[in-house]
Amino acid sequence: MYLKTLSLGLVVGLLASTSAMALDTKRLEPKDEKFSFEGPFGTYDRGSLQRGYQVYKEVCAACHSANHLAFHDLAEAGGPEFTEAQARALATAGKLPADPNDKGETTDDKGAPLMRSATLADHFPSPFPNEQAARANNGGALPPDLSMVVKAREGGPQYVYSILTGFGGTPPHGFKVTDGKYYNPYFEGWNISMPPPLKANTVSYSDGTKATVEQEAHDVVTFLTWASEPKMEERKRFGFGVLAFLVLLAGVLFAAYRKVWKDAH
Amino acid sequence: MSGPSTYTPKSGIEKWIDQRLPLPRLMHDTMQTFPTPRNLNIWYTFGGILTFCLAIQIVTGVVLAMHYVANAGLAFDSVESIMRDVNYGWLIRYMHANGASMFFLAVYIHMFRGLYYGSYKAPRELIWIIGVLIYLLMMATAFFGYVLPWGQMSFWGATVITNLFSAIPVIGTHIATWLWGDFAVGDATLNRFFSLHYLLPFIIAAVVGLHIWALHVPGNNNPLGIDVKTPQDTVPFHPYYTVKDAFYLVLFVILFAVFVFYAPNFFGNPDNYQPANPLVTPPDIVPEWYLLPFYAMLRSIPNKLMGVIVMGGAIVTLVFIPWLDTSRVRSCSFRPMMKQFFWAFAVVCVLLGYCGSQPVDAAIAGVPLVWVARLATLYYFGFFWLIMPIIGLIETPKKLPASIAQSVLGASAAPAE
Amino acid sequence: MAATTSDAGTRRDFLYVASGAIGAVGVAGIAWPFIDQMNPSSAALAAGTTEIDISAIQPGQQIVYKFRGHPLFVRRRTPAEIAESKAVPVASLPDPLARNANLPDSAPADDASRATKPEWLILIGVCTHLGCTPTVSTPAIPEGDYGGWLCHCHGSQYDVAGRIRKGPAPQNLAVPVYSFLSDTRIKVG
Repeated sequence: MYLKTLSLGLVVGLLASTSAMALDTKRLEPKDEKFSFEGPFGTYDRGSLQRGYQVYKEVCAACHSANHLAFHDLAEAGGPEFTEAQARALATAGKLPADPNDKGETTDDKGAPLMRSATLADHFPSPFPNEQAARANNGGALPPDLSMVVKAREGGPQYVYSILTGFGGTPPHGFKVTDGKYYNPYFEGWNISMPPPLKANTVSYSDGTKATVEQEAHDVVTFLTWASEPKMEERKRFGFGVLAFLVLLAGVLFAAYRKVWKDAH
Repeated sequence: MSGPSTYTPKSGIEKWIDQRLPLPRLMHDTMQTFPTPRNLNIWYTFGGILTFCLAIQIVTGVVLAMHYVANAGLAFDSVESIMRDVNYGWLIRYMHANGASMFFLAVYIHMFRGLYYGSYKAPRELIWIIGVLIYLLMMATAFFGYVLPWGQMSFWGATVITNLFSAIPVIGTHIATWLWGDFAVGDATLNRFFSLHYLLPFIIAAVVGLHIWALHVPGNNNPLGIDVKTPQDTVPFHPYYTVKDAFYLVLFVILFAVFVFYAPNFFGNPDNYQPANPLVTPPDIVPEWYLLPFYAMLRSIPNKLMGVIVMGGAIVTLVFIPWLDTSRVRSCSFRPMMKQFFWAFAVVCVLLGYCGSQPVDAAIAGVPLVWVARLATLYYFGFFWLIMPIIGLIETPKKLPASIAQSVLGASAAPAE
Repeated sequence: MAATTSDAGTRRDFLYVASGAIGAVGVAGIAWPFIDQMNPSSAALAAGTTEIDISAIQPGQQIVYKFRGHPLFVRRRTPAEIAESKAVPVASLPDPLARNANLPDSAPADDASRATKPEWLILIGVCTHLGCTPTVSTPAIPEGDYGGWLCHCHGSQYDVAGRIRKGPAPQNLAVPVYSFLSDTRIKVG
């Protein structure tokens, strides 16, 4: 928070001193939000992951795909850890284009594409059938795939969190928000095509957590970080064992090394 | 390989094999009894470490190739499925990706060690030149490998590097098209790069064999840079250097493991987690860190052909070092002037790397980085083509010790037992 | 002097052996991920369930589906076939076990244990000899002497409950895990 104020102050100061010059619309430093998965022993907060999935599904998934995620991932260790039955129910609610039926048709009588329920093996359905449809429905902009958005952006979780909570400020004097775009100083160029996605109580959490914008953003960023790096917990656990082993081996080898070389001098 | 063999078969089977294929003899003479200077320091353990790096890259690479699909439409997804679905796929891919960086880290230390202690000087010129060849092959392999995930940096890196060839007058564009197999980097390019990426490591392994063979003719150089004179100057390779190399190798692996398990994307670029898009270039195209110094040289030259020539020349120059260095003394420990120019050279290389990592129009303290890079490039070439030959002639080296044994064991070198 | 040397030697040998042993454990440990990576991935395992609509299958007909990369035989048996199969004494069979993944391993190979709903026989279409796909027998083109299947690779003959009757195959055709989601829909796996 302090850093945020500082950097905002810095930017305002900078803007004041250079008002005659063109505005520097370089993105602001991301906010310093803390997450449970940081550090060598950090793990994902299960509650946050499950709430984050809810935010993703009810809000983000309306426009964004997450092609690399499969429904069985939701039940696997180190993730949201829904039970297999829960994951299966979530999958069944998802609809995917069906295979051609016995007559070779891919649409029903009214011309609507035949659909089927997703299974645990299926990847998350995309909101749009193709890129053109996605652009046509989003004012020409393509909503990026979210499966790896946290890993694919400089600044990672903090950056995505800052974008989600960075709306609503008053644009500085001299900055014009492009028509059909939104002001968000954490985005390069400050004009973002995405409308503010989160409001207080956009979702209603079943576990009683208060759905503030910050909470929703925190949860969905936790979920998206897991989506980017689903094996993080396994990786850190494995790494701890490997390092402990290597230190032991190094110790014994050092003793052997000293012993051998003592004789040589 | 040098001198008569001391191998005596211990059993009938060993004798039988030795008479038909003297492999046990070769192992015994090169890895067991090989007389090795007793004063090799930590910087001499990187040869063994590099062999380990090559082995790790080959083993993890062969395994990754079992799951990877070299097709422009599927490559990115297949890498992600390795990361998510394949059992321990994340581990194997992160080992391979970080292994490449560790490999280059080790090779740079190895090269600077050779440069400091004059390991390229007679009679070891060919070891050095073969080493430069290995380094070239490594860069080519790393470049091909970086293209395979087919992310944004893969695609645009491939585009930029292959376009270097278009700088060649007249036939340049034809060469670029020939490399691509299409009008631009595409599916055909990806397939051939995959093929070459799989092939080259085995060629590297063969050339490493030559490197080690050439090393075993004169034997190791050493930090004093003086020749081995008596048996007291050496110790058998085993156990003295097997155990020392093993210990430092494990320390190196600890560093490697810290990256693999706790900062696996430290050396990577976030843009490479976005699928290749031929219509949009990322704002800052940056090569992998180990190529940054050369990239800085390329960018600092405002002329396309000259830029490519300078970059290529920076590597070709390395081949001539054995003859550019006119000094009679090998080790910089006894060359007070050269030592300072050497460290300045090391700083310049790091500085070039820094320049390469920054945006084109960056500046420090009002000085445009492109000028810093130009001066640094000038020093890089000046160091080899002017400083090295001249200093060798005008410098007065310090007095060399009489022998390795005397230097290590001190004045009381008389046998104590 | 000699004693010291031998003591030092012992300690040195111990350190060699300890380093070697720990190193070997490490190599063995890191070998596992490299072996396990060739096992079916989590995606392959999740894809191991198939849902099939069986409403279109006529009595006496068999339709072949794909399940985990293998053919899956779904055969709708006629009352005559069921009666014929029920009449076979289990003791006379080369393989007296049901080989039905839905039942305990010790279940006998009677007809009811091979097909829970007698009309529907659901089998993995892989000959238990060396993995070829047996050909189904129909009244028009009989295959083998038992009205079931004949494997053309090495002549194994199966009856109308998919039990091995003659030839080199050691076991009855396997019955996979399956359940009826409705009268016309089954889930396999």
